[in-house]
Amino acid sequence: MTDLQTAPPVSPRQSMSLTGATLPRLAPVLAAVIAAGVGALAAVIGGVGWVAAAFVAWLVLVVGLPLWSSAVEGGRKARDRVATLLVWSAFGLAMIPLVSLVWTVLSKGIGILSGQFLTYSMRGVLGEGGGIYHAIMGTLVITALATVISVPIGVLTAVYLVEYGKSSTLARVITFLVDVMTGIPSIVAGLFAYALFALFFGPGVRMGLGGAVALSVLMVPIVVRATEEMLKLVPDELREAAYALGVPKWRTITKVVLPTAVSGIVTGVTLAVARVAGETAPLLIIAGLTTSTNLDPFSDRMATLPVFIFYSITEPGLYVDEMTDYAWGAALVLVAIVMLLNVVARVVGGLFAPKTGR
Amino acid sequence: MSVTQPPVVDREESTGRFGDLVFAGISRGSAILIMLALAGVAVFLLQQGLPALGHHGDSTYGKDSIWGFVWPLLFGTLLASVIAMLVAAPLAIGVALIISHYAPRPIAKVMGWLIDLLAAIPSVVYGLWGIQFLALNMVPVYQWLEDHAGWIPFFEGPVPNSGRTMFTAGLVLAVMALPIITAICREVFAQTPKMHQEAALALGATRWEMIRLAVFPYARSGMVSAVLLGLGRALGETMAVAMVLAPTLLVSFNLITAEKGSSTIAANIALNFGNASGSKIETLIFSGLVLFVITFAVNFLGRAIAARGRKG
Amino acid sequence: MAKSIDVSDLDIYYGDFLAVEGVTMTIKARSVTAFIGPSGCGKSTFLRSLNRMHEAIPGARVEGKVMVDGQSLYEPSIDPVAVRRQIGMVFQRPNPFPTMSIYENVLAGKRLNAKRMSRSDADDLVERSLRGANLWTEVKDRLSRPGMSLSGGQQQRLCIARAIAVEPQVLLMDEPCSALDPISTAAIEDLIHELKADYTIVIVTHNMQQAARVSDDTGFFNLKAAGEPGHLVEFNPTTKMFTNPDDESTEAYISGRFG
Repeated sequence: MTDLQTAPPVSPRQSMSLTGATLPRLAPVLAAVIAAGVGALAAVIGGVGWVAAAFVAWLVLVVGLPLWSSAVEGGRKARDRVATLLVWSAFGLAMIPLVSLVWTVLSKGIGILSGQFLTYSMRGVLGEGGGIYHAIMGTLVITALATVISVPIGVLTAVYLVEYGKSSTLARVITFLVDVMTGIPSIVAGLFAYALFALFFGPGVRMGLGGAVALSVLMVPIVVRATEEMLKLVPDELREAAYALGVPKWRTITKVVLPTAVSGIVTGVTLAVARVAGETAPLLIIAGLTTSTNLDPFSDRMATLPVFIFYSITEPGLYVDEMTDYAWGAALVLVAIVMLLNVVARVVGGLFAPKTGR
Repeated sequence: MSVTQPPVVDREESTGRFGDLVFAGISRGSAILIMLALAGVAVFLLQQGLPALGHHGDSTYGKDSIWGFVWPLLFGTLLASVIAMLVAAPLAIGVALIISHYAPRPIAKVMGWLIDLLAAIPSVVYGLWGIQFLALNMVPVYQWLEDHAGWIPFFEGPVPNSGRTMFTAGLVLAVMALPIITAICREVFAQTPKMHQEAALALGATRWEMIRLAVFPYARSGMVSAVLLGLGRALGETMAVAMVLAPTLLVSFNLITAEKGSSTIAANIALNFGNASGSKIETLIFSGLVLFVITFAVNFLGRAIAARGRKG
Repeated sequence: MAKSIDVSDLDIYYGDFLAVEGVTMTIKARSVTAFIGPSGCGKSTFLRSLNRMHEAIPGARVEGKVMVDGQSLYEPSIDPVAVRRQIGMVFQRPNPFPTMSIYENVLAGKRLNAKRMSRSDADDLVERSLRGANLWTEVKDRLSRPGMSLSGGQQQRLCIARAIAVEPQVLLMDEPCSALDPISTAAIEDLIHELKADYTIVIVTHNMQQAARVSDDTGFFNLKAAGEPGHLVEFNPTTKMFTNPDDESTEAYISGRFG
């Protein structure tokens, strides 16, 4: 480095080296191999477990490579390598639970899947021989009801916020409240639905409709947000073009604005459905659990996949192993439904996204 | 009749106005409905929860007052969430950096997609994985901590064979919050203006120096709000914790024990609501109200910071 | 000594797309070299390849040779970070770091290398660099204000101060005045004249008068045809270029017949 004290004012440095000592390109690989070797050695000779061995190997790599780099390339490069190693380590560490989660659900859930598992209920079943038909149907009915309640309210509210309210006080208040609603803990939504229904039907009420109302509280803000974003993307020129043709505002909205934004809205709604389909807490409180199929959301308890999973684990009764298997099978089915909805949402969004082509 | 034309025009115009009126009315109506619904949530929770302020004894599960009941749960909620954030925030920032700056473009795209999918996995599945897989596999680690670091209050033990401890609950919450924090951080990192990154590179910055010079300062408020929104999610999360932790009413820093550890508000409601009746329900609803207020405050802070970051 | 740059037969690719083809030229030390040409002819791309900045765009690569001070820029042993320290760059739009003060902006590059700089050394360097960029008198009373609080022309001079604070040999300027008003442009052009004494300067410009005013040598880039890669048509001393160019298309461009 040039010494600042002796450097002449604003004068470029005399020497010019562009090379700078650099580690060979394969240095990280080499270091990783050595580190893995040390780890293996620790496992074989030291007799430590494979987790500890992996940790040792990681430590050797994260300390060793930067030290090597620091000796050859200098401190800045060494710090860059430390950062790179740590960022990739964080990534690797984060992937472990996520991969393990997916793998565990798949491997433990796949075994019990069968026609019977999907078409039988748990009515009168102790131990083996039951199915989750009742829970699948419950989840579908309640989620569908919640969608029917939330989508009109959510979309119309977004229309109000973007097309009519603009920056009025009411619109600002609603925007704020929608923000508040996004943060409502799901169990609180369940408590609300319970408190509301207890008012009409007395304490201890359990019904599917209550679950749908609770889920709607969670779903409406997501739908509003997604629709709002999409409506804002519709260019004003399009609205003005319609007005210039003498089309009334409400027809402009229903015939021009909403159709332009529809793919984005469908995507948003599908993601919202996927999100609430897996909600457990509110259903635990208001929909409860039953062993038989109940397709009537207006009376009695209604089983759903998440609640079924929860009770199979927390209150398995005598048949712990069988109930655990049921829980994993139900978890796999639930994850499959949610993933399917997500993929559908993305495909819909992707197919119609480039609206600006012509 | 010579004036057949004007009435037609007139009719169309009035239809337009009428339709406009109706449609505007309906959309404003649903906006107001949301307002009423939220007011409803507040009113019902207050009406059902506030009577619990006077409760004690049996209706507060043996505690002297409602605060004696809520405080340990609140403490446990905060403890689990803080553990979750301490674990999840650095990892999420790392993953977001990989996706935005380190990994080759096509791989990064796929990874971003996978992270989004993971954010959609239902919490009950995380809970199931937490109790049946994570908890069991953490037992040796807890054992080691108890043996070697037992003098620290956090790791006093005794370690349960099930591994169902506060630390496990925190880890499950961390895994759940990870995709959410990652998704927001990734967006913010990707939005860092190219010209500032190039300015740093042109000064001879290494990749890490460029990230510190141009990316982090720009993304700071976004990162903070991402962590706060993740925290909001972790605070209100019910099922994962309810499945991992036993319902207790203790204030304890002991992270690796079952009986002497803390529990959380949401989990406690979920586990006790089925068997509760009368005044106990009021007590539980009141604790839900407390949770609502805290989650709201955290989310509000997160959004305020994000909004300020967008402006400044 | 500021350094000369020898380019021989350089091809620049983005993925499979050949953007610039077969450039050969010698950029003289302590002089101003200007690149002119119509939009999209690859002059900025070529400029960015001189300090390996184009690598910031994924998929970009280079074939051919760029020799600086007897060292080939694209040898595997060359460290791009070291290259960019020696060959500084000023961009089209002023880009001071938005979260930093004027003072910190000037020091940003230097801080990377000398973590522990005494306060007086740092003050000294800031003053020297800002004086070097003709900005000192305008900002000396508000060094702790954000860099973004300055006007566009001042921001651009701040970026030049930031670049020369690292003490490079060569300064690359990518249309440094295209976002500025005429008065700020004149200030930057004056500055380029002064900096010539210490630095090798390469400037890309859309403005032919500017090239004529500031540069000693000029290179004219053009596309052979739409969709074809850009190439260097003519490289000559500026006076010759603007009075008696070798190539017909250069004359056509300079006299405003296209572009």
